[in-house]
Amino acid sequence: MTDSKYFTTTKKGEIFELKAELNSDKKEKKKEAVKKVIASMTVGKDVSALFPDVVNCMQTDNLELKKLVYLYLMNYAKSQPDMAIMAVNTFVKDCEDPNPLIRALAVRTMGCIRVDKITEYLCEPLRKCLKDEDPYVRKTAAVCVAKLHDINAQLVEDQGFLDTLKDLISDSNPMVVANAVAALSEIAESHPSSNLLDLNPQSINKLLTALNECTEWGQIFILDCLANYMPKDDREAQSICERVTPRLSHANSAVVLSAVKVLMKFMEMLSKDLDYYGTLLKKLAPPLVTLLSAEPELQYVALRNINLIVQKRPEILKHEMKVFFVKYNDPIYVKLEKLDIMIRLASQANIAQVLAELKEYATEVDVDFVRKAVRAIGRCAIKVEQSAERCVSTLLDLIQTKVNYVVQEAIVVIKDIFRKYPNKYESVIATLCENLDSLDEPEARAAMIWIVGEYAERIDNADELLESFLEGFHDESTQVQLQLLTAIVKLFLKKPTETQELVQQVLSLATQDSDNPDLRDRGYIYWRLLSTDPVAAKEVVLAEKPLISEETDLIEPTLLDELICYIGTLASVYHKPPSAFVEGSRGVVHKSLLPRTGSSESVESPESAPSAGQAAEQPAVIPAQGDLLGDLLNLDLAPPVSGPPLAAPVQMGAVDLLGGGLDSLVGCLAGVWVWLRSDVGGSPAMGAGGGGGFTAPGPAAPAAMGAPLSSGLGDLFDLTGGVGTLSGSYVAPKTVWLPAMKAKGLEISGTFSRQVGSICMDLVLTNKALQVMSDFAIQFNRNSFGLAPAAPLQVHAPLAPNQSVEISLPLNTVGSVMKMDPLNNLQVAVKNNIDVFYFSTLYPLHILFVEDGKMERQMFLATWKDIPNENEAQFQIKDCSLNADAVSSKLQGSNIFTIAKRNVEGQDMLYQSLKLTNGIWVLAELRIQPSNPSFTLSLKCRAPEVSQYIYQAYDAILKN
Amino acid sequence: MLWLHLYGNALKGVAEKMIHSLFLINCSGDIFLEKHWKSVVSQSVCDYFFEAQEKAIDVENVPPVIPTPHHYLISIYRDKIFFVSVIQTEVPPLFVIEFLHRVADTFQDYFGECSETAIKDNVVIVYELLEEMLDNGFPLATESNILKELIKPPTILRSVVNSITGSSNVGDTLPTGQLSNIPWRRAGVKYTNNEAYFDVIEEIDAIIDKSGSTVFAEIQGVIDSCIKLSGMPDLSLSFMNPRLLDDVSFHPCIRFKRWESERVLSFIPPDGNFRLISYRVSSQNLVAIPVYVKHLISFKENSSSGRFDVTIGPKQNMGKTVEGVVMTVHMPKAVLNMNLTATQGGYTFDPVTKVLTWDVGKITPQKLPNLKGIVNLQSGAPKPEENPSLNIQFKIQQLAISGLKVNRLDMYGEKYKPFKGVKYITKAGKFQVRT
Repeated sequence: MTDSKYFTTTKKGEIFELKAELNSDKKEKKKEAVKKVIASMTVGKDVSALFPDVVNCMQTDNLELKKLVYLYLMNYAKSQPDMAIMAVNTFVKDCEDPNPLIRALAVRTMGCIRVDKITEYLCEPLRKCLKDEDPYVRKTAAVCVAKLHDINAQLVEDQGFLDTLKDLISDSNPMVVANAVAALSEIAESHPSSNLLDLNPQSINKLLTALNECTEWGQIFILDCLANYMPKDDREAQSICERVTPRLSHANSAVVLSAVKVLMKFMEMLSKDLDYYGTLLKKLAPPLVTLLSAEPELQYVALRNINLIVQKRPEILKHEMKVFFVKYNDPIYVKLEKLDIMIRLASQANIAQVLAELKEYATEVDVDFVRKAVRAIGRCAIKVEQSAERCVSTLLDLIQTKVNYVVQEAIVVIKDIFRKYPNKYESVIATLCENLDSLDEPEARAAMIWIVGEYAERIDNADELLESFLEGFHDESTQVQLQLLTAIVKLFLKKPTETQELVQQVLSLATQDSDNPDLRDRGYIYWRLLSTDPVAAKEVVLAEKPLISEETDLIEPTLLDELICYIGTLASVYHKPPSAFVEGSRGVVHKSLLPRTGSSESVESPESAPSAGQAAEQPAVIPAQGDLLGDLLNLDLAPPVSGPPLAAPVQMGAVDLLGGGLDSLVGCLAGVWVWLRSDVGGSPAMGAGGGGGFTAPGPAAPAAMGAPLSSGLGDLFDLTGGVGTLSGSYVAPKTVWLPAMKAKGLEISGTFSRQVGSICMDLVLTNKALQVMSDFAIQFNRNSFGLAPAAPLQVHAPLAPNQSVEISLPLNTVGSVMKMDPLNNLQVAVKNNIDVFYFSTLYPLHILFVEDGKMERQMFLATWKDIPNENEAQFQIKDCSLNADAVSSKLQGSNIFTIAKRNVEGQDMLYQSLKLTNGIWVLAELRIQPSNPSFTLSLKCRAPEVSQYIYQAYDAILKN
Repeated sequence: MLWLHLYGNALKGVAEKMIHSLFLINCSGDIFLEKHWKSVVSQSVCDYFFEAQEKAIDVENVPPVIPTPHHYLISIYRDKIFFVSVIQTEVPPLFVIEFLHRVADTFQDYFGECSETAIKDNVVIVYELLEEMLDNGFPLATESNILKELIKPPTILRSVVNSITGSSNVGDTLPTGQLSNIPWRRAGVKYTNNEAYFDVIEEIDAIIDKSGSTVFAEIQGVIDSCIKLSGMPDLSLSFMNPRLLDDVSFHPCIRFKRWESERVLSFIPPDGNFRLISYRVSSQNLVAIPVYVKHLISFKENSSSGRFDVTIGPKQNMGKTVEGVVMTVHMPKAVLNMNLTATQGGYTFDPVTKVLTWDVGKITPQKLPNLKGIVNLQSGAPKPEENPSLNIQFKIQQLAISGLKVNRLDMYGEKYKPFKGVKYITKAGKFQVRT
């Protein structure tokens, strides 16, 4: 007889029957009845009505029956806690049972009852069980502490259970150790401030010892816990790595991946010159490859993680290309991931093999996979220059197959290839044009139109081709319409005589017959441009375009570093930080990679500065991903920076925007703004490279590297960098920067702040329109101090009408510099799904005062003398009633440091210094008369134009 | 410190970690078992899974991680059953997937098969097992040796005895392994015949391109052991050529340090069947391809037919016979039926799934097996673009294709003389030939 008999029911109410059986005198019958109850439970039937009857069966010495009752109780203890409390006396009694199995069961079940009342009964039994002679009971009790902590954290602390739990880390039994670690890390995670798993070299040593002995699951907990530790130097990091590497040979893939996480993280601290560094790199490859021979589900997770690892350290797997070759019976989700990694690993050395494979895939059955394979061929062409020619001919072969979706994908990628290698492969245009009629997807149509417009002078019948598209203009998607408009204007500028009619037609279609604002605006701009100054129009519209970058859809470096800390977690599968998707993520602490502490590089070496400089010098690379490309193509004629778009003189606007650099390509490109978009929508974040607007991820910039806001980050910075004080500088109240009227319902107010060395722009976005807003992005124009966003604008969910969201956008000062008037003027563009909006704001200069702005006394004196007197400026600060000490401490909060204080004839003289982010020193003398509420401020600086703004900062700080 | 208390409560959602619930779903979409380790999650959460399943068309293509508004669903597909777990917070997905596979392994171990019927027939044991394997979302006991002491597996004999004597299938003593530092072995093991068998099984994964050259090949090897030895035997297994094993995953019982220093597998084995190591040999020159395939599959333009001609022959096989050869081909959709003649073995073509299966059997080098004939396409259908891949299965007895050889097995700690044996076998893994 099997258990399936328990599923049969009689006609009479089932619950009624069971009730009768449960109350039967016969032990056997009772047992059968409980089994039936459990069988019902397994199929999701609600049998909670039987609670009292089942609990009545509990008083038995039959172990099996008792266990079955416990099974039932555990299921309902959470949903029916008040009933469960009825059984509490039995639990307490069972905690004393001679059989350790029963003791464990009782304490385990009690922990499941989530009511405060249970705690008074639970404490004593739990205390005993934690010290039980039997390890089975101890390990169950360890988990129970975590459960109790969840119900009443304070109680657990008061009762000293946390200390007992910590003691269990040194238990003789490895299973107990594992569970203690698991429980502690769960408590610590929900309670980031508790500093529970106080990781120090001694406790780390204990954990490493336990690692060798405990179960595979315990090893995962321990490894994840180790990953949060911050070794004090490279030597300690290496010794931990050495003890973790054997885990790479574990049969459990979760253990392997957790070990990989620890190693990837601690490797950051090792100097690359170390022999051990190379050894470690070599050791990492085989286990990662082995993960790919596991079950497909495991493969998928492994591949998502490998995708991160090859971006961070491509050298690990560079020789393992072949294991990523797709097998035809791989599940589709594995295929797509493998393809992605193949492209990341593609290099000159292996490109021939990769291409041969991709060509093979392009003839497979699955449409999604084929499309991605075709796209991959294009990406190879862009990534590996030597292969471009072969890629193009492969793509042409594929176009010849005439398979519709293959042709369309091929055309989209060929457009990108043209943008990477201009004037090289245009001979294929003829072939492309043959397929014009078969294109039915907007992206492919837009790409084709772009090609025709861009190369209009080489296509004899370009006008006819474009005209044919124009017929159904209003049925096209916006993408195609915009592209068609631009293409026809290009055509007109190239062949003005025969296309006048065409261009007029498209301009009127765009401006008069369309209700799409983007299209209308663009139409008007072209119209004006063409009618005002055709020469300028030519220069603008036909300007050389920036080349597209080699690596597309790379994860943004700061995010990548954060994700490396989350290897093996859901975050690594979704390539988003946990804060972006875990519910109630308040407990999640942002993690960042550790800085290298090897002797060769000091923590404070300003590595970010040179690399940012490099980026600015080679600006001819921008990411080529989808919309971005569209944006940039459109950028040849976006509205001017400030003021109502059409009111300003058009040439001026264009010149402004392109940084006045139409005459030189570099100048033009430096002015190209790169959208930092929120990556929440799932679109891959863009790589660095545009105009130097991104932080270069040098180890010296951990603050800028971390994700936005979060005071946790501040703490982290404080630990790693050791610079900066915790006190923030003065923050002005928020003011409205962009009224809703001017921005189609989007209202932006904000202020600037400086905390622990990082500058933030604190924004409130309010949606006062009737439609949902999404896809926010922000960019700054070049400004006096190179302020630029250090992270994308993170708006996690679309903004519903009447909703507002507070955002703290971290800024850095490595952007392009251009002197503004007034000096502290910042022009900002904010984009959303509706439009692009521009506003300008003035930032208080004190956000630029750095933490190490305290000058040495001697130095101060020398500098003061050294600066010529005509550079001195004097200001009056009126109506300030503070005394000298209060002034001094208040100013210090904003990084204005008092170097000396003197009392001369009843007047207090404060000598102060401060330093701006760009290294400019400002020296100050502040005279305070006890009876006079007016202070006199004398400023000396080698760049006297800042003085006025420094005075404003003083004034603002002192009066608030 | 009231605030601390409040804070703790506010974060309740975060603290609920690991696996929340498990649903078992069969291929027709019925949820036939659910287990909740925390509060009860409504079955309706599975709707997101069904949605994904519908989108994936093929059961194998259902993505293993599915986000829903309040949960994540992490699933595996084993033996025609979906094991769908519900996750509420950040948790290592591999951890969950490994655990789910362990659950399936345990069912297999207990009931002889992991099927809906077996699970339904033993639902109480299943429930006990699940409760024992996970506590508060933490894996507790997943070693089959330990579980079997806590919960006795059903045997026909035992259920007869149970029903007569009224005794139960619940172990009333604690598993001894839990007390020691070798949790994988129970104490007091006793056999009249002491034996230790090792199966060295190697599978060749390969992709062969049109022209017959190898695009990719590697060997996935395992050593599966069946050890029935009394007491606490301490074994060491050495190889003639341990250098072959540079990418190895070990059972926890193996002493890693001994392996690092001496290249000897030293361990106190679990009792019964278990996988001792798995390894991978990827260096191309070590991976010999034992068969070759000559093929000609072509479809004529504008005529609704095509030709099919495939011959399989042995390559380097070190004097051993290639047997159990089966070829399966997913023919293009446009194929209506196939008229073929096999010189050896029989073939079937399923016109619904378009799968051609040719059961070849043993290859004799003197007379190579050949399958040849006409492919009929749907009239009017365009010539298929894709060329089908040939999937080949085979096995070779008494050979580990990598050349791995066991040198000797020594036993310490016990006095008796065990019976020892090693068996080698090479099989095709994912072995595909492109045409």
